[in-house]
Amino acid sequence: MAVRFELIMFNETVINEINGIRKKYPDRRSALLPSLYIAQREFGWLSLKAMSCVAKALNLPEADVRGTASFYSMFKHNPVGRNVIQLCTNVSCMILGAEKLVDFLKSKYGVHPNGTSEDGRFSLVIMECIGACGTAPAMLVNTDFHDELSESRIEEILEKYK
Amino acid sequence: MENFLLKNIDNPNSADIAEYEQAGGYKNLSKALGIKPKDVLDEVKASGLRGRGGAGFPTGMKWTFATADPKFPKYLMCNADEGEPGTFKDRPILEKNPHLLIEGMAISGYALGAEYGHIYLRGEYPEAGDILNSAINQANEKNYLGENILGKGIKFKLSVHMGAGAYICGEETALIESIEGKKGQPRNKPPFPVNVGAWGMPTIVNNVETLSNVPYIIEIGGENYAKIGSSECPGPKLFSVSGCVNKPGVYELPMGTTLQDIIYNHAGGMRNGKKLKAVIPGGISTPVLPADAIDCAMDFVAMPKAGSMLGSGAVIVMDEDVCMVKVTYRALKFFEHESCGKCVPCREGTDWLRKILERIENGKGTQGDIELLSDVAGIMSGKTFCPLGDGAAGVVMGMIKHFRSEFEEHIKEGKCTF
Repeated sequence: MAVRFELIMFNETVINEINGIRKKYPDRRSALLPSLYIAQREFGWLSLKAMSCVAKALNLPEADVRGTASFYSMFKHNPVGRNVIQLCTNVSCMILGAEKLVDFLKSKYGVHPNGTSEDGRFSLVIMECIGACGTAPAMLVNTDFHDELSESRIEEILEKYK
Repeated sequence: MENFLLKNIDNPNSADIAEYEQAGGYKNLSKALGIKPKDVLDEVKASGLRGRGGAGFPTGMKWTFATADPKFPKYLMCNADEGEPGTFKDRPILEKNPHLLIEGMAISGYALGAEYGHIYLRGEYPEAGDILNSAINQANEKNYLGENILGKGIKFKLSVHMGAGAYICGEETALIESIEGKKGQPRNKPPFPVNVGAWGMPTIVNNVETLSNVPYIIEIGGENYAKIGSSECPGPKLFSVSGCVNKPGVYELPMGTTLQDIIYNHAGGMRNGKKLKAVIPGGISTPVLPADAIDCAMDFVAMPKAGSMLGSGAVIVMDEDVCMVKVTYRALKFFEHESCGKCVPCREGTDWLRKILERIENGKGTQGDIELLSDVAGIMSGKTFCPLGDGAAGVVMGMIKHFRSEFEEHIKEGKCTF
């Protein structure tokens, strides 16, 4: 396997973007969540180095950045696949069969909750209610929203994500 | 009753400012700016509006506390962290009618003397984030927001702050911690946010639906608004209905509509001709009601008397095929995951409850487990730092109270009986 060395740092455009966000708040720490989102967008997940970039950009202690980042479930602390499936299994989705869909994703795509398929195509995250209970079961793929899911609909939807 | 909160949402371009103006939008902002801030506040007080996020606190009273505090700047936070499972009522406002919320916030900011507003939006609603941001840009261009609203020298700047998947951030002090870039753990109260909130300043946190009612109050006047629905908590209310019904969805109905009416007349009754077994009336944190208890008015006063709570008005309907032990177990998995870890009764209690429920559901329950559940839930009740742990305990106690036989059967048979 080839080893890829990536330079983990924010480019100037990103730094400007973060500086723009800082202006929306009375202090720099309040720009932390939006900046972590930016780091995740830039690097795919929040490695220690990625969080260190955020700490530098906002002039915050690294421990503070890591502490906050670890609290929120939408920040990823491990590499993820090319596409992230976020499937809800909370009560309204469960009643309408969401758990069977988890099994389907396992058998058809080889992706387990909190895991990534071997081909790196999908990661699966089990969600706690994504506010689509009226059209359950539902999922987000990356930032796209899909509802009224069935096995065949999932197959059809996931075709678009390579 | 004609829809106000969900007015126009069937129009595919309802999120566009031109369509909103066409339907009479932003006229209430102009009307509100024509009277004194104190008069706007008085209208809201007279309306009897109560917070739609779940607690039902009188909005006028919260606003009075905040305006009485001499410190400036004041901040207006919109709680759009709609995370209570079963709840999807704010979503149509955020995605289809964002200008209603913006107009409501601009009017509220004027009444409160707040020049800065933030919408704390849950991370799971990325589409709503894009829609809100472009709506805010449109409103800025038209001077409905910004440095000089409608040329009257009034300032209100609004922005969107994305949460990142923590349910607890719907609790107002946790929301404030989160917006300040910290872990979303609730603060000790007092001081209350209306005095010491975000960045140490008076901060008013109101739910999306609450703020979206404000233009309506200005339009028809507080006194007229107070005549809609229940007398002690008036106004229109959004109910999000999910589960085993024919027509799940969000319904705008007068506060105090009965659960029976919501399920059978509005949501089309039970799916596949099945029998109703149970209803979680206000989101997963509210105690379950059995089928024979649904003839109750859905409002903040009547629901506690019926043994549950209005919560967010998220009605989860369950038929005879749904296993109550499994529902309880799934609910507790949720609470365990979302417990912020700050206080012991919640952190440890939710973990214990989930473990016991897991083994009962998986056929490994033992005699005494139901008593143990009651015991742990009883110890948690009233002893947690915020309502999350209380809610979790209430869910377990409600389920055991009404469906004890199902728990007993699971233990006796050594398997899930559904």
